[in-house]
Amino acid sequence: MRDAFANELLDLAKADPRVVLLSGDIGNRMFDKFKAACPGRFYNCGVAEANMTSVAAGMALSGLRPVTYTITAFNTLRCLEQIRLDVCYQNLPVVLVGVGGGLSYASLNATHHALEDIACLRMLPKMTVICPCDAWETRAAMRAALALGAPVYVRLGKKGEPTVHDRVPDFTIGKGMVLREGRDVCFIGTGTMLPTVLAAADRLGRDGMVAGVVNMHTVKPLDVALCAEVFARYPLVVSVEEHSAAGGLGGSIAEWRAGLSTPGLAPLLRIGTADDFMYVAGEQEYAREYFGLTEEHIAAQVAQALRA
Amino acid sequence: MNDLPAISRRIRRQLVTLSHEAKTPHLGSSLSCVDILTAAYWGALRIDPARPRDEARDRLVFSKGHAATTLYTALWLRGFFDDALMATYAKPGGTLPEHPSPGCAPGVEAVAGSLGHGLSLGVGMALAARIQGLPSRVYVVMSDGECDEGSVWEAALMAPAQQLETLTVIVDYNKWQATGRSSEVMSLAPLREKWAAFGWSAYEVDGHDVEALARLLSHVPDGSGKPVAIVAHTVKGKGVSFMEDDNNWHYRIPNADELARALKELE
Repeated sequence: MRDAFANELLDLAKADPRVVLLSGDIGNRMFDKFKAACPGRFYNCGVAEANMTSVAAGMALSGLRPVTYTITAFNTLRCLEQIRLDVCYQNLPVVLVGVGGGLSYASLNATHHALEDIACLRMLPKMTVICPCDAWETRAAMRAALALGAPVYVRLGKKGEPTVHDRVPDFTIGKGMVLREGRDVCFIGTGTMLPTVLAAADRLGRDGMVAGVVNMHTVKPLDVALCAEVFARYPLVVSVEEHSAAGGLGGSIAEWRAGLSTPGLAPLLRIGTADDFMYVAGEQEYAREYFGLTEEHIAAQVAQALRA
Repeated sequence: MNDLPAISRRIRRQLVTLSHEAKTPHLGSSLSCVDILTAAYWGALRIDPARPRDEARDRLVFSKGHAATTLYTALWLRGFFDDALMATYAKPGGTLPEHPSPGCAPGVEAVAGSLGHGLSLGVGMALAARIQGLPSRVYVVMSDGECDEGSVWEAALMAPAQQLETLTVIVDYNKWQATGRSSEVMSLAPLREKWAAFGWSAYEVDGHDVEALARLLSHVPDGSGKPVAIVAHTVKGKGVSFMEDDNNWHYRIPNADELARALKELE
């Protein structure tokens, strides 16, 4: 996903002289082409994320379209006040890109895990939150984010993720995609969990349960029209995200659903990480197992909920 | 040539009046930075109040947002907005809160209120001018208490690395923060030397010598190839004898008698 981001941003910057890239001392070599093609528009801001975020806001106040890029945990919570005041309060066209969403950097310990970022950023007025599911959608998300002209947070995985799409998809901010129609349950997934969600749906299918799958790439604004259809049509809805089960996609859907008195709406099962840090070593695959974010665990939870 | 000391007295009269009428605090902080803004708005900035969004304008980022009345008054007297808007200061539903909010008035360049943001915003604006090939200079006015914030020093590290010679920071060094002597709260001194050590062309001046300040601010870039830091020694509550260097006036609001005495001193 990060290579797709770098390549897409290069294309966008070539086409728009207002696009500037600010990096928090990561992406060595990844931006060589950008630096060569867009001289004077790449800034390594060092290990100083608060400053980087406000510098981006200052550039946006002067008419530029800055993109900040560093490890998700540091590009969100480390500089949350700068995002809140300088970017969101001033409603500026700054695109914040986090690499290593969720448990992508699991082995580096919880300092590098991003499991609260969606919750924190979607609380901010004016902010749009996008979690692309693969490299193709990363390209689409970057195009849409820069075209929006307002604060956007784009949450990436790392590299080498399985793909969901086979080309750059038709993409509209705030419009979820129905990847599969189903009957017994509908998954609403976001970001890099989508391949796992599709695999969990396959697994349920082998046991005779037909699962729908929605790709909710935009967590904010939530596609409430699509949610309304899904909750009216299916007996069970399951949100899945590589993020705390509190406050993220599932939390957002739960808030929306709690405000409705429509009879017959499906119950919501939220699948995400627990209200805890991970204190042990392990790569992303291990960490997903640790938090129950594997296709087996997800399918088992859904099967149990359907039996209940 | 403008009579800069007279403009400063005019601003100070408005500040004590606003504090009394609107019952808003931070008068001491507002009074200490008056001469800095007078020097900037009447002596150095290349601005046109009729074209407040002109892309080639110089910019003043007012980072010590709690002293917003000084910014509002300077912009009002400089012709950026009219009496009607000034009269709405701190009124419910008005656009001039006790700290400057986004788009609150023509000439206000950025939000302020949480300390330690303005210098980074100024770095971004100065870089933008360079990228866009514009001649704009950027001046950031900060408080000394604000230098407690770590983000200030992140920006202080970045600007010299980018040789941002069009950027100037002016620290209103009034030696007090909200609840104590600045030097006793955090180890700020020696402040000029700190900026110099970070790679800035650093000056130490009398922050109430408005003519000298105007000359210094006009001579940016100063030929050093570095961003400019001006440590302006000021007196909190400057201009009103019974407020000067008395930190009670960080929060205290003048009553009718005190207002009358202050206005008399500022005639």
